[in-house]
Amino acid sequence: MDCYTLTVNGEVREIAGDEATPLVFVLRNDLDLIGAKLGCGLEQCGACAVLVDGEATLCCNRPAGEFAGKQITTVEALSEDTEGAAVQVAFIAEGAAQCGYCTAGLVVAATALLKKTPKPDRQEIASGLEDHLCRCGSHARVIRAIERASETLAHV
Amino acid sequence: MSNPGLNGHPTLDEWIAIKADGRIAVKTGKVDIGQRISTALAMIAAEELDVPVDRIDVIRTVTGEAPDEGITSGSNSMMESGVAVRLAAATARRHMLAQAAEQLDVDIDSLDVEDGLIQSRNTNRSVRYEEIQGDKLFEVDVNPDTDTKSPEAHRIVGGKIAPLDLSEIVTGEYRFLHDVKVPGMLHARVVRPPHYEARLVSVDADATERLRESGMDIVQDGSFLAVAGRDEFAVIRAAERLFGACAWNTGPGLVEADIYESLASNTRESRPVESDGVPQDKPVTPLADPPKSATATLEARYDKPYHAHGSMGPSAGFALRTESGLEVKSHSQGVYFLRSAIAEALDMDEDTVRIEHMPGAGCYGHNGADDAAFDAALIACALPGHPILLKWTREEEHSWAPYATAMSMKLRGSLDADGKVLDWNHESYGDTFMMRPRSGPNRAGAARLLSGRYRDDPPPKFVAGPTMGRHVGIHRNLDPLYDFPQKRLVKNLVRDLPLRTSALRTLGAFANIFAIECFMDELAEVAGVDPVTFRLNHLTDPRAREVIEAATSRLDVSTPPEGRGRGVGFAQYKNLKAYAAVAVELEVTNAAEIVLHRAVLAGDAGEIVDRDGLAAQYDGGFLQAASWAMAEQVTWDRDGITSRDWETYPILGFENVPELETVLIERPGVPFLGAGEAVSGPSGAAIANAIYSATGLRLRRMPFTPDALRAAAMDA
Repeated sequence: MDCYTLTVNGEVREIAGDEATPLVFVLRNDLDLIGAKLGCGLEQCGACAVLVDGEATLCCNRPAGEFAGKQITTVEALSEDTEGAAVQVAFIAEGAAQCGYCTAGLVVAATALLKKTPKPDRQEIASGLEDHLCRCGSHARVIRAIERASETLAHV
Repeated sequence: MSNPGLNGHPTLDEWIAIKADGRIAVKTGKVDIGQRISTALAMIAAEELDVPVDRIDVIRTVTGEAPDEGITSGSNSMMESGVAVRLAAATARRHMLAQAAEQLDVDIDSLDVEDGLIQSRNTNRSVRYEEIQGDKLFEVDVNPDTDTKSPEAHRIVGGKIAPLDLSEIVTGEYRFLHDVKVPGMLHARVVRPPHYEARLVSVDADATERLRESGMDIVQDGSFLAVAGRDEFAVIRAAERLFGACAWNTGPGLVEADIYESLASNTRESRPVESDGVPQDKPVTPLADPPKSATATLEARYDKPYHAHGSMGPSAGFALRTESGLEVKSHSQGVYFLRSAIAEALDMDEDTVRIEHMPGAGCYGHNGADDAAFDAALIACALPGHPILLKWTREEEHSWAPYATAMSMKLRGSLDADGKVLDWNHESYGDTFMMRPRSGPNRAGAARLLSGRYRDDPPPKFVAGPTMGRHVGIHRNLDPLYDFPQKRLVKNLVRDLPLRTSALRTLGAFANIFAIECFMDELAEVAGVDPVTFRLNHLTDPRAREVIEAATSRLDVSTPPEGRGRGVGFAQYKNLKAYAAVAVELEVTNAAEIVLHRAVLAGDAGEIVDRDGLAAQYDGGFLQAASWAMAEQVTWDRDGITSRDWETYPILGFENVPELETVLIERPGVPFLGAGEAVSGPSGAAIANAIYSATGLRLRRMPFTPDALRAAAMDA
């Protein structure tokens, strides 16, 4: 069995297990960080998104070992992040979820987008969410939530 | 009015409990699947009891503990559980006020309640709900005739609040069934055959031995094969290896014939539909010639492919076989029915099976949830004492969960000299929507659970008969709400179709309303009347007229901007639930892609409880229906389903989201009308009508892909 370390939400965590296991399983099963969801295992739906060195990254199909030495941030830590917290508050204000299975991934993607592009236009929001799917049809609300978070952050 | 939940569960204690700490538990048989029913029920209870919403706990449905309210489906929850909880809460309030009056020695009419504090206006004496009723049984029945608050007194109902649980969802703390973790738990995966008709011949013994040596448990019962172990990803890899070690008899495979040919020519059971949407057990009258007085007669056929539920999270099930019975956690929409089917299939006493509802990803109907619960139960029974968390793969969810049937709708309509419809014919063709699990007869419980058919000694294949209830199945919304002097309506349940089907949001209504509302536009054009006026000319129901006017006054479909098209669609779901009118503006690009620009959704769902939750049902229903209409179709060949993931079964993404405006008609004090499925049908039709407005191309077969648009342009 391998033993390796990952930096997750600012803490160095010892992982005992196969480094080839995709990161999403390590986060969920070894570290009990269940926010990232297993939706497809094919990097097609975005439910598993986490921040890796600030970039929204799908982690359902990439070996955990590849993330050693990088800063991994999961949705659980985003309430401590300026953009992340604004996005979470805006999602609640806009009621931007129904079942919520895709939501954590969208919150991560929205946070990454606003860090890079504080005032995104509709086109930039769509590109920021291009790796993500939602089946309940919350799309319009998610877009409005990102716009709301952007406005809030402009006044911080 | 009779309430099915209250009929079976008349006592107040079955619905409401006051806890000693002042919290109030509301029990319901309706489960939250993202439609926010628990938020609406909490608001109703809080309103009647005069407490803040955050003091209400809506308890998750567990068999044997929650009222049995059947299946959470059909847009019934507000009309059933919403009404029951309102009456229960009003009864509870009245009961506690009576006791308070006695205790405080004051007149009951002098009492007010504020945040659970009962206070007399005449004295300063007061008592709290929990001091009277905390942790005690009410031991009275819900009074179905009790007074409830008048709408003018409402402070919570009709307002906008944040959905319950959303703050946990956005921080990732919310636990879905998929996130369950208990000591000693084994993860499990099923090894499915290549397709429906394939059966397991043998498994390589060396391969299974190696997997067992690596710590995996392998469970086999006929062609049902599964693997379980401590490490989830190791289990996934083991399942892949095990599949490679299997020899399958694939038989002749799936029938590849054109589905619309099959719908037209296969054996079928036909029933006339009369009396506002009720099929009749009598022969269908042959289609007669159009009336002599007709000035024009049109015919058209509309088609819709098989659609997948496409839940974002593949289905999951949890099960633990204990010495005394079976503990199951499931995201099923009907835990009591599921229990009856599982108990029957496993030959267990129903009372020894306990099923707790836990949230899953949105299902929109009968997806893989029930099957996954049964899969977990089968594995748990083979490995007693081990908690089992089974998850389907993306591929399984896409290729093994039931689909909504493909449908064809043949319409013929005649106009009189005044441009009014004189005669209306509508025949719908499709497979069943009614394959949700439930027990018997003739082992139908096992037959309706996917893996039941793959075990040793499988039950006889269950073939559903035509459903005869009002608007239940293929004939949902087959009967138009319009006032036509003569109608001939027929449902055709077609046999021997290739794919597994069951309930998907709206059942037949999506396809029927698509056909009706497109055909209305086609007739309007012949009549030389604009589509909105043509509809209003045939509608006397004032609430129907009002939603159409609300949508089209905000987005005038008769005046599309240059280069764009506009279209309208309307229906009242099942002709007795919520009303919806949709107006759409779109553009068809040179690449034959549809760009949605605007949509106005007008809804009338009776009295509004959770304002934002109701709007979300309209918003989400529109976008999901747009995806069905523009992007989706299940595909297959003889070797099995070929639309097995999000690349081969594409859905609408974030790149094509219109400006959405949802207008809700205010109806204080009138009965709730279920709204979860109201907007889907009108949305699909409005998009088709807007495409026609933009291009002159009448697309009568979904999905409206660039290829379909180019093909239509070639034929034009």
